[in-house]
Amino acid sequence: MAEYVPKYVGTVTKYVFVESPLLTPKDLAVRAYEISGGVMIKETCFGLQVTGTPDEVEALVAKVREFDPSHIFVKDRGFPPGDERRCRANLGGARPGYLGHEFEMGKVRYISKGLEAAATTVPPLPEKPKPFDARRLKKLMDAEEP
Amino acid sequence: MVKVFIYPATSLILSDMVARFGHEPLGSAIGIRERIQTPGFESPPLQITPEEPKKGLKWAAVEVPSGVRGRMAVYGPLIEAAEAAIIVRNPDFAFGCMGCARTNELVLFHLRNRGFPVLELDYPTSDDEGAAFVAAIREFLEGLPKEASQ
Repeated sequence: MAEYVPKYVGTVTKYVFVESPLLTPKDLAVRAYEISGGVMIKETCFGLQVTGTPDEVEALVAKVREFDPSHIFVKDRGFPPGDERRCRANLGGARPGYLGHEFEMGKVRYISKGLEAAATTVPPLPEKPKPFDARRLKKLMDAEEP
Repeated sequence: MVKVFIYPATSLILSDMVARFGHEPLGSAIGIRERIQTPGFESPPLQITPEEPKKGLKWAAVEVPSGVRGRMAVYGPLIEAAEAAIIVRNPDFAFGCMGCARTNELVLFHLRNRGFPVLELDYPTSDDEGAAFVAAIREFLEGLPKEASQ
């Protein structure tokens, strides 16, 4: 067994999938590059792969989601982009794992409808904080020793 | 924010929903990333080493095949760290070899026996079902505490 020295230690990689009538993966990539900062972005046919420190990636993903909230989907990836053990440039053919993406991308249009419906429903008002009970305050004051 | 285990553990939809509604999804990518970023000996493709079946003994008996125990070494710590779970029943794409199938059964067994909140659903097949799917997940996740208990 050869020694293994990992690359991109301490980074996270996330997939960004877009399935939108208004935004193509290419548009998404161009807009993401504009706000990418130090995050590494790889364009794909379905969206993007973003790699960077957890905080940078979270910030970028939050901004990218705003472009089309109900049609952009994000998930974690274990491998960094271009990893020889996973990249189809080395393996040939579709890489293992795309079967799952392909299956779920067939379902996301229903999810998008669900998210749009959820966005239009008015969330219940948060409970107002109750003022502190004066009788309880008096009791506490009386209980306090001089 | 609580840690929510998702099943199928590679699900894009569940991972997105959990993160979107303010919690932390735990899926196989987290376990694999940990192995990929840990120095040691080269063991492609997933850096699963011969040590993993030994670690898997915590969640599977010794007579269980090493393939299942090795997989449980990835999923077991995630299940232990989780405080809730969302399960999609009978996902077509989680079909695999016997090792995957038995591991999936064991993962579901552990999730249902942990005693934490579990939401079980089916994949939507229409717009109405999609709305119900999202609403159920949203309601479940909003009912979880905002702060992790640990």
